[in-house]
Amino acid sequence: MTKATDLPSHGADVTADHENHHDEHEHHIPKGVMRWILTTNHKDIGTLYLWFSFIMFLTGGAMAMVIRAELFQPGLQIVEPDFFNQMTTVHGLIMVFGAVMPAFVGLANWLVPMMIGAPDMALPRMNNWSFWILPFAFTILLASLFTEGGGPNFGWTFYAPLSTTYSNDSTALFVFSVHIMGISSIMGAINVIVTIFNMRAPGMTWMKMPLFVWTWLITAFLLIAVMPVLAGAVTMVLTDKFFGTSFFDAAGGGDPVMFQHIFWFFGHPEVYIMILPAFGIISHIVPTFARKPLFGYASMVYATASIALLSFVVWAHHMFTTGMPVYMEMFFMFATMLISVPTGVKVFNWVATMWRGSMTFEVPMLFALAFIVLFTIGGLSGLMLAITPVDFQYHDTYFVVAHFHYVLVTGAIFSIMAAVYYWLPKWTGKMFNVGLAKAHFWCSLISVNVLFFPMHFVGLAGMPRRIPDYSLQFADYNQWISIGGFAFGLSQLIFLVVVIQACRKQGEPVSDRVWEGANGLEWEIPSPAPYHTFETPPVVK
Amino acid sequence: MKKLVSIAMMVWGTLSVASVGLADTQAVSDINLRKGVTDISGQVYDLHMLMFLICVIIAVVVFGVMFVSMYLHRKSRGVKPAKFHESVKVEVAWTIVPFLILIFMAVPAANTLIAMEDTSEPDLTVLVTGSQWKWHYRYMDSDVSYYSLLATQREQISNRYEKGENYLLEVDRPLVIPTDQKVRFLITSDDVIHSWWVPDFAVKKDANPGFINEAWTKVNEPGLYRGQCAELCGKDHGFMPIVVVAKEPAEFDAWMSEQEEAQRKAKEAEQRLLAMNMSMDELMAEGKKVYNATCAACHMPNGEGLPGTFPALKGSKIALEDMQGHLDIVVNGKTGTAMQAFGKMLSLKELAAVITYERNAWGNDTGEIVQPKDVDAFNKGQ
Repeated sequence: MTKATDLPSHGADVTADHENHHDEHEHHIPKGVMRWILTTNHKDIGTLYLWFSFIMFLTGGAMAMVIRAELFQPGLQIVEPDFFNQMTTVHGLIMVFGAVMPAFVGLANWLVPMMIGAPDMALPRMNNWSFWILPFAFTILLASLFTEGGGPNFGWTFYAPLSTTYSNDSTALFVFSVHIMGISSIMGAINVIVTIFNMRAPGMTWMKMPLFVWTWLITAFLLIAVMPVLAGAVTMVLTDKFFGTSFFDAAGGGDPVMFQHIFWFFGHPEVYIMILPAFGIISHIVPTFARKPLFGYASMVYATASIALLSFVVWAHHMFTTGMPVYMEMFFMFATMLISVPTGVKVFNWVATMWRGSMTFEVPMLFALAFIVLFTIGGLSGLMLAITPVDFQYHDTYFVVAHFHYVLVTGAIFSIMAAVYYWLPKWTGKMFNVGLAKAHFWCSLISVNVLFFPMHFVGLAGMPRRIPDYSLQFADYNQWISIGGFAFGLSQLIFLVVVIQACRKQGEPVSDRVWEGANGLEWEIPSPAPYHTFETPPVVK
Repeated sequence: MKKLVSIAMMVWGTLSVASVGLADTQAVSDINLRKGVTDISGQVYDLHMLMFLICVIIAVVVFGVMFVSMYLHRKSRGVKPAKFHESVKVEVAWTIVPFLILIFMAVPAANTLIAMEDTSEPDLTVLVTGSQWKWHYRYMDSDVSYYSLLATQREQISNRYEKGENYLLEVDRPLVIPTDQKVRFLITSDDVIHSWWVPDFAVKKDANPGFINEAWTKVNEPGLYRGQCAELCGKDHGFMPIVVVAKEPAEFDAWMSEQEEAQRKAKEAEQRLLAMNMSMDELMAEGKKVYNATCAACHMPNGEGLPGTFPALKGSKIALEDMQGHLDIVVNGKTGTAMQAFGKMLSLKELAAVITYERNAWGNDTGEIVQPKDVDAFNKGQ
């Protein structure tokens, strides 16, 4: 044997081997639970994220039901105040870190590679890891509820010193679980950035990227910028409580208000982390069902980037009552008001996209339209909250609760539902049960407004948030709010049925394009989307 | 069906806008901010209504265009989609116009804010201290100071008694201030962050432990004004209301001298108490009252505490054996925990009674009596 004869055959073998191996890979996906545990496929991981998020959504929702049951009438009926506080805290943590964020990461996993013409995410093993640490984080968090003394009871914002000197011992579990959530988010964000930077198909220039990809890219940078700040905050809480430091204790030279500065430096960009991908989703759905290209693509990209940049200089608007110098209050008031300009541009662009379109109102469009109206209501109450002198009256009342549920439930969560209905037929190859989906929409739309709209009223009338019991003047509205809450909770079970039916491949087969007006690379591939897509990159003209 | 959908969407949109409009009518004060009783709170109210009106107009215009489009530009009406997808002119316009609206909002907001934060040259200063879960008021220009606790009975909260008109909004001793004078509040906390909020004054300021915040008010009308703690401060955050009584200056002065007199008498009575002994029954009766008002929120009325959070007193080592330790923890508190120093909050008599009670209630049958003079001796000894 000589090298000269060896090399060519060796080379040929390698190719053949590669092809064989490749075929095997196509047809021998590990079966059962191991497929999901070992998977590095972006579609599998996307599915895992979405199901995890749905389970967390129902878990956090169940806690909201406990809260609303207790608040159904004045007096203490069902739970003790301490447990009530644990419910508000864990409800918030689960909805933010367990429901909304993983849902968006799941959508990014499914959609970003398909939208930019990439075969998978850039870092598939890290992708697996970033998902699979999440269930552990939430198991730890939920387990803390069963420890002696109970789970975290200091609000999802965990203000010191309530979360340090005055908290129970399960705070260590809370800190650890938030660390794991943060690591997961950072890994997810790195993956999205690396994928978008390196794996776009030839011809997919920056300003040709679909808006969902753009908004997620910007979101990923926000995540990388602020999740470490959250990690720092929880670590300082941990050392203040257990290791005798005094970051937030005036007696040792610290400052409890510094905690709030650190927390909200994370917390405000976090709010945009939960809404920017939603803007991307709506910017896909509205043009599809208006059968008209998105109005002002470039301005959408610039508006998203401006919102992201501004989000770093507005954090202290959560803290107007903490006693800041008046010039600081003014700075944060003006900066916050400024955010409404790019946000307004987005809403105007969506309306302009609809204008003189040829609209139909399929389920994804219904959710998208509800999003535009209800998110805007949340945005406008946000503008009112930005005005410092009146914020003194609104702050820490139900007016704030109404505001952030309008932007997070009828904003972020409605956009996630819109996205699921929009892309689900592409994922499963079958049209979901349209009748049930419409029932889900109408039940959700009506109940969510019965739930959150009266909160504006009780808030303005003076009901503080995070209280397990209230004075008699708020009784009527709270009853309505609770009824709306139960109805909204039950409506989500319809969603569960629709999704389960779809996953079991029930329904009419759909075409590759699915929706008449749909545009983008993900609609060029077959329905259901094959396990591997774009192994040869498409060329984007 | 599609027509129905769009009609339903329009009706719903109009309804929600109309229900916002309802908030405008002052007749139903249950659903809107209160105008309040100070010049500042009036300005804040006007600002709120201005903002609200602007937001409603924006909403009506934007949603109006959207709903008109949803009605006119439907495929079912046979509309062919237009092709346009950008216009620099329009984009510039809807960036600049909102910006101008913002400036229009910012000017009055900034003016009101500057007025609100001007705490200079007060006529009277009150130190407001929050602690879990009560307020303490100290008049800086006199000796008068006292705690203000929730006055609603526990039985009302647990639904055994019918709830009164001012359920959860009533206190045993309200803060009293004069009308027509600039009252400055210095606001701080003994433990976690609280927030002192009286909506009728448009005053809400956080009470931060270790730091002092300032706020002020000048009340125009005598009356009784209610508020609540507005920052989550633990278990009984919902149970620490604020009540402020505003009196005419002359009435206020009379009230103030009454208080000073009463405070002086109480001190004298305490001195007399040191010379005599109280009976077990007296101490237990007084102790039970103090315990339920002060200690039961954490250690629970049955003395069993909350496992993992607040220790039990029933059967505890301190309450059964260590008398000096018991005095010490009640008088000086325990740093790093929620246990406060009650030495400065309670009188010698109350301290003696509550310690006696804790050593003899719920099966803690030590039979030991602590007299006011024992507490006094402990205080002097440290």
